[in-house]
Amino acid sequence: MHNSNKKLQQEIIRISGVNPKKCMRCGKCTATCPAFDEMEYHPHQFVAMVEDGDIEPLLKSESLYRCLTCFACVDRCPRNVEPAKLVEAVRLTVIRQKDANHLKADDIPAMLDEDIPQQALVSAFRKYAK
Amino acid sequence: MKVSYFPGCTLKNKAKQLDVYARRCAEVLGITLEEIEAWQCCGGVFTTANDEVATKLSSVRALQAAQEKDQALVTVCSACHNVIKQTNHAMQTNASFADKVNRYNDTPYDGSTAVYHYLEMLRDLVGVDKIKEKVVNPLKGEKIAAYYGCLLLRPNSVMRMDDPENPSIMEDIIRAIGGTPVIYPYRNECCGGYVVMESPEFAKKKSNAVTESAASFGASRMVTACPLCKYNLEKNAPAVPVVYFTELLAEALGVKEDANA
Ligand code: SF4
Ligand code: SF4
Repeated sequence: MHNSNKKLQQEIIRISGVNPKKCMRCGKCTATCPAFDEMEYHPHQFVAMVEDGDIEPLLKSESLYRCLTCFACVDRCPRNVEPAKLVEAVRLTVIRQKDANHLKADDIPAMLDEDIPQQALVSAFRKYAK
Repeated sequence: MKVSYFPGCTLKNKAKQLDVYARRCAEVLGITLEEIEAWQCCGGVFTTANDEVATKLSSVRALQAAQEKDQALVTVCSACHNVIKQTNHAMQTNASFADKVNRYNDTPYDGSTAVYHYLEMLRDLVGVDKIKEKVVNPLKGEKIAAYYGCLLLRPNSVMRMDDPENPSIMEDIIRAIGGTPVIYPYRNECCGGYVVMESPEFAKKKSNAVTESAASFGASRMVTACPLCKYNLEKNAPAVPVVYFTELLAEALGVKEDANA
C-alpha cells in the first residue's frame, strides 16, 4: 500500500470510528441499500476497499454523493460495521479540502422550484459542502 | 404540561401546517409546546464523523435550553428529531466529543435532556386512549398509509422509537382517530431524500416505489412527519395524496382550520 493511502486509510478509520475488519462480506448492506444501483462502489465494496487501503478510487467516485444517509446498512449489518459512516468519512475527506465542495451556492437557483423545502437545501449543503 | 419545542427551519416556511397543527393538537391534548428562544437550524442531517463538532452545536444549544427549564425537548420534524437525538446520544456516550463540545459552553452539558418526537409525545406522554377520547370527527375507517421513511426509525440503537422493521406508533394513532392503517412494505424505505437536489430522476424512482406500494394496498391518503419526504412523494410520485400526520390529527380533533390564517 502507498504511504499516502495508508495515511488516508487511518484518517478515515479514525474519524468514522468504523472497524472494517469486522466485515464478513455477506453483502447484506448492499442488498438493502436503496442507492446501490446508483453507486459505482456499493456499500460492502466501500468497506472492503477501505480495509485494503484502496482509497483513491473512492475519493473520485460519484458514489459519495448518492448515499442517502438512510442508515439502512447501519441497522441491518449483522456485524455492526456501519458502512454509512465510512461513506461519510470518505466524503468528508474530499469536501474538507480547499475548493472541493461538491455543491456550490451558485448551483442552487437552477435546482429550486416553488415547493422545495428548506430542509432539502440545508441537508444537501451539509452533505455536499464545507 | 409544558415541554420545550424545537420547530426547525422548514416548519417556519414550507411546512407551516406541520407546525401549526402540532401546536393546536397538543393544546387539545393538554400539552403546551414552548418554542425555544432563538433556536438555530439543526442542519437537516446528522454528520456521523466523530470529529465533526461545530455542525452539532446548534442541537446542543437547544438541548441545553430545555435542560435549563427542566423540560423535555419535543420536535415534530423527523429530520430535526434525528439530528438532535443523535447529537444527544453522542454527548452521553462519546466523552472526547462531549469534551470538545463543552469547550464552547459556559456550563457543560451532559446529555441528560429527554428527547421526544411528537409521535412519542402522543404515545408516551399523552397516551393513545386520551387521543381517542378527544376525537370529534372520526375518520370513518379511511385507509391511511403511514410513511416512516428513514429518519424516525434509524439508527435504531439511538432512535429507539419503535421496532425499526415493523413499526406501529403511527398505525396505533391512526386507529385511535378512527382510520384503518394500511401496512405496506415500503413504509420504512427511503424517498430519495436530499439527493433530489442533484438527481431528481433518482428521487423519482425511490418515491414511486413508495407511493405505488401504498396505493396497491388500497391507501387513500398517506401521512408523514417529514417535509422532504412529503415534497419528494408529491413531486415525484403523486399516486396518493400526502398530508402531515398533524393535519390528520387536527381533522379528527376538530381543530383544522386554515393553517395560514
Ligand atoms: S452487511 Fe456488514 S458484514 Fe455484511 S458486507 Fe456489509 S458491512 Fe460487511
Ligand atoms: S446509508 Fe447510504 S450506503 Fe447505507 S444503505 Fe443508505 S444509501 Fe446505502
